[in-house]
Amino acid sequence: MSLFDGFLTAFKAISANGLRSFLTMLGLLIGVGSVIILISIGQGTQAGIKEEITNLGTDLLFISPGSSSEAGVRGRRGSARTLFAEDVLAIREANLPGVEAAAPQLNIGNAQAIVGPLNQEIDLVGTDSDYLKVRNLSLSEGSFISSKDVSSGSLYMVLGSNIANALFPEENPIGKTIRTSFFNGRISFNFKVIGVLLPTGGESVQDDYVFIPVSSAQKRLKGLQNISGKTIINQITIKTSPNIDQETVSEFITEFLKRHHQVDEPDFTVTSQTQLLETVNEIGTTISLLLGSIAGISLFVGGIGVMNIMLVSVTERTREIGIRRAIGATGPDIALQFLIEALALSILGGIAGILIGITGSTLLNGYQIADTPLITIITPWSIILAFTVASFVGIVSGLYPAWRASLLDPITALRNQ
Amino acid sequence: MIKLENITKEYITDAGPVKALNGIDLSIPDGEIIAITGQSGSGKSSLMNVIGCLDSPTSGRYFIDTADIGSLSDFQLSRLRGKIFGFIFQSYNLLPRLTALEQVELPLIYQKDPNRRIKAATALAMLGLAERIYHTPNQLSGGEQQRVAIARSIVINPKIILADEPTGALDTKTSTEVMDILIKLAKEQGITIVLVTHEPHIASLAERQIKMSDGNITEDSYTKNNGLVS
Repeated sequence: MSLFDGFLTAFKAISANGLRSFLTMLGLLIGVGSVIILISIGQGTQAGIKEEITNLGTDLLFISPGSSSEAGVRGRRGSARTLFAEDVLAIREANLPGVEAAAPQLNIGNAQAIVGPLNQEIDLVGTDSDYLKVRNLSLSEGSFISSKDVSSGSLYMVLGSNIANALFPEENPIGKTIRTSFFNGRISFNFKVIGVLLPTGGESVQDDYVFIPVSSAQKRLKGLQNISGKTIINQITIKTSPNIDQETVSEFITEFLKRHHQVDEPDFTVTSQTQLLETVNEIGTTISLLLGSIAGISLFVGGIGVMNIMLVSVTERTREIGIRRAIGATGPDIALQFLIEALALSILGGIAGILIGITGSTLLNGYQIADTPLITIITPWSIILAFTVASFVGIVSGLYPAWRASLLDPITALRNQ
Repeated sequence: MIKLENITKEYITDAGPVKALNGIDLSIPDGEIIAITGQSGSGKSSLMNVIGCLDSPTSGRYFIDTADIGSLSDFQLSRLRGKIFGFIFQSYNLLPRLTALEQVELPLIYQKDPNRRIKAATALAMLGLAERIYHTPNQLSGGEQQRVAIARSIVINPKIILADEPTGALDTKTSTEVMDILIKLAKEQGITIVLVTHEPHIASLAERQIKMSDGNITEDSYTKNNGLVS
């Protein structure tokens, strides 16, 4: 029997049992569809994160405390206290080639801002005047933190646009006082608002930050003080010159800071935007594959469904097999017939699944989940992968029933009623 | 020329081995129309299955012309069946979903015959079914269904047609018509017919009758009948 005749016979058998064939295909349809949808969500999320990182500016280097090459047990990255606001000043003074600007960053979470009846949890960022330049931010009103504010440790605040809207929905925040409590209310200070930032326009966290002079918090909060009197920070963000090799700049900074810290091995880590993107790519691909494999389980279940129906079909059509054997079909002819039928079922299910997957992904794109729009990106490889797996499942699940059919004795099969 | 030498066939059942064929010696010359009669359980169906290469004998030798059938594999037997044997069954054994044309094409599909559609239509026309080629079995009468089955058996230009109770499900008038066509075609094309029947008037249409009992041939006689239906 030729393959063409095989497919013709298969499609006749499939359409003769329309509903049953459809239900059998459903498993593979759902499997292929969900593989495509879930991978498109994974890819979309990855692209979203990448875009956020790119929005920060593609020309950034991040220095965090602690070394990535240090042996032995280490704390969480950023937990080591080896990076200081003074390092930022040193980097600026050194005029390192390729370094346009450098800004310190001290993250203080778990703070409460109280304005009249309003109470808002805020993320404080201690920084200095270069922050706007490094992060490409602009003021909508007032002024940003100045070098003088940093040296005097003033209790000034600059609000991200979302926070400004939340705390001062109807009035101008400039000049207003915000009572801010730390450590679950054990310590409070009154900060004066000196500026408000323009919205970034994207989904950036910068809109949710409140900025204070990097020295202010540590001058007043004992828990954040260092015995040497230096200002501990979590991160230094470096803006590099446009179109410059970030790896080279990264090496300059590493060498400089090593000498500045008087250490042989760096007690800090320099990460570039490119490296961050690579990491996101790796994580994103892993997540996509993970989501895909979870959906792949339903493909496997679908395959079991196909095998089940094919076994039933072989039993039901025993007499047909006998007739075909009598008029000249060989065992392999019969096996091929049922194998092609299983494959045809799976391919039809796969094609329907691709249509469902593409439709589903397209519909889900932009759907709001927790105020964040879901991004889905359909990738050709996910479609090819899902379809290939479905076809493979079809062949594998057809093999056993086909083999059973081919072994049927013609006489026994003919006698079957 | 079909030649059986000391053929035995044993089936293993729950009650122990049962001997269906008990040392059969039989020669059937080409073009002969031979009827096998006997009670049910006499071994006539077993004999037909062995002749039709659907079943292998337990012992003995079987030749078609000079070919030793016993040495063929299952695969080769299937190919042989498709090339030289036509089967006609009591219950027609048509596939329920296929049209008459597709039924008749079926043996040629397995031989990958490119002209199968023409050949199938020609065979159906020879059996007077030219207007019925797109009908499925449930749209055909019993006689028509059996004629489709005959068309399916002759479409491959068989050497031998094996007919197992071909008129068992038909009324007398239709039986005569169907047998008339079958024998006429066989005579025209020189096809050997092995006819298994328990109806004496059908058996009497054959040139030669053998009677079976308990797995043995008990009678082997030529009738005066020259194969023409009265």
